[in-house]
Amino acid sequence: MNRETRFWTVMFLCGSLFLAYQSFGTNRGVGQQFVVRVDATTGKIIPPTTDAAAPAVKTVIYEPAAKDDPEAIWSFSRTAGIWIAALLTLCIFSYLYRDNVCYKLAESIIVGVSAGYWIVTNYWEVLIAKVLVKLAPDVARYAFLPDTPADAKADYLYVVPVVLGCMVFCRLIPKISWMGRWPLAFVVGTTAGLKLILFLNADFVRQVRSTVLPLVVFSASASGGSELDLIQSIKNIVIVISVLSCLTYFYFSVEHKGLVGRISRLGIWVLMISFGASFALTVMGRITLLTMRLQFLFDDWLGFVRI
Amino acid sequence: MTSRLLDKLNMLDRRWIFLAMAMAVLAPILLQIGSDETPSPPTIKLFDEIERLPEGSRILMAMDFDPTSAAELYPMALAFTRHCGVRRHKLFFVTIWPTGKPMIESTIKGVIQADFGSGDRPYVYGVDYVNLGYLAGDAVAISQMSSDIRKARPQDARGTNLDQLPIMTGVTSVKDMALIVNASAGFPGGKEWVQYAATPQNIPIAVGCTGVQSTQLFPYYPDQLLGLVTGIRGAIEYETMLAAKYPNPYADRSKRPAFLRGGAQRWAHRLMIGLIVLGNGIHLANRYRRTLHP
Repeated sequence: MNRETRFWTVMFLCGSLFLAYQSFGTNRGVGQQFVVRVDATTGKIIPPTTDAAAPAVKTVIYEPAAKDDPEAIWSFSRTAGIWIAALLTLCIFSYLYRDNVCYKLAESIIVGVSAGYWIVTNYWEVLIAKVLVKLAPDVARYAFLPDTPADAKADYLYVVPVVLGCMVFCRLIPKISWMGRWPLAFVVGTTAGLKLILFLNADFVRQVRSTVLPLVVFSASASGGSELDLIQSIKNIVIVISVLSCLTYFYFSVEHKGLVGRISRLGIWVLMISFGASFALTVMGRITLLTMRLQFLFDDWLGFVRI
Repeated sequence: MTSRLLDKLNMLDRRWIFLAMAMAVLAPILLQIGSDETPSPPTIKLFDEIERLPEGSRILMAMDFDPTSAAELYPMALAFTRHCGVRRHKLFFVTIWPTGKPMIESTIKGVIQADFGSGDRPYVYGVDYVNLGYLAGDAVAISQMSSDIRKARPQDARGTNLDQLPIMTGVTSVKDMALIVNASAGFPGGKEWVQYAATPQNIPIAVGCTGVQSTQLFPYYPDQLLGLVTGIRGAIEYETMLAAKYPNPYADRSKRPAFLRGGAQRWAHRLMIGLIVLGNGIHLANRYRRTLHP
């Protein structure tokens, strides 16, 4: 056994002993979750009872509760959920040390669960709610969505997207694979048309308008007259110069020499500053993610912090 | 001596940096060190707009994020919803992300039901708020909502026909909303709400976005975006304003998840600045050593 393996074996043993002590030796426990049973109809808490003669409740929902709540009962499913989430988080963190089988396992679980979630959501929200309800509302009401309005009428125009959707699968059959291009052409065409108009309005015309700014700004003064607003003037000048210099950098019809070269160089500086800001904001987001996971591990799982 | 230290720093294992970062983030969490931020104008504008709107104004809460971006956006969503709840606005929750459904449910449970579910005037589902659920179709769904909500989504997330809900009376499209508040984590999100709904229909919109996304959205402010709340810092700013205006109960730490993440953020940034300075110092020292011993 080399030095590194020895070190990690000791670390795992210490960690396991600590978790065992926390779980069984302390009152706090690790990742223990408690719930109260609530009558969904009345919203009242149902006290835990072993009395078989207690009145039956039609619909029960389980709400999280504190351990010391007299009506709280231990929840196996929620406790298991916290433990699984904590162990998967540690598996992902283990990649920071080195690529390993625990990381690969957690990664595969994420991919599988995400794919499953997307399939189920799209099955219900697209195939059932958007296609079946429109084409056969009676069938949808009977088999899937009982609240589908009784007066809903079939809209056979929805056959068109269904046929186009099925045609995508033609790409799997070499002889008729050309048919798979039609729905793609439809999607590309409609998206391009829709985007063109909206983009021209929101990202071109309105953005140009936002850049047409007064370089010297006067604002109302306390005496009723007007005075130079230096800060706003500087802001506007910076915006206008930055936009013009960046546009010059991407203007390739003129050789970037002399004055044009100097302006385009300023454009590079502006771009670099914006990339720096993007990078810093990305770092901020990643640190927040780390904070959230550590809060989960040390608060929800280990119970060290009570926020 | 100096040369040996430089050699050691040159060979420093990156895992020590990971450990240092973990410690910098963990210590404020364990010691519960939070951080307040001075509100910036884009955040103040959204806050003021929600304050200005008369009671009962319709606000579309578009929660376009998932658990991976919840660290930044969930505290923001909670703060927005709390503020709207205090002002007694009517809330229409919707998402164009399939993974946004649990985020809406969690926000409703954590704010609407917990803070406003009881008392003299409790928030009632279908009267004061509605969960429209997930709208399939990405940006096209936004476009469809802009023309006819019922075409985009004839039922709410519980499967109830929209016409049976009192809150939907007089609501035909997004144009009937006084404000769109979007918590956006990427595509489709804030940019698409601006392009497909807010700008063409002239509907006031404010976006709370992840830090990564904010540089894409800042060009829209202030002409096309009424307010812009950026990353966890923006969430802290909003919580700070909410706590100042409504100290009871929003000055309480348990109602300020972003504030508690701010301390860790601050110490992690300090460490990172230190590491950048150290890294550049090592680089310059190496260069100096090479000039001395070419």
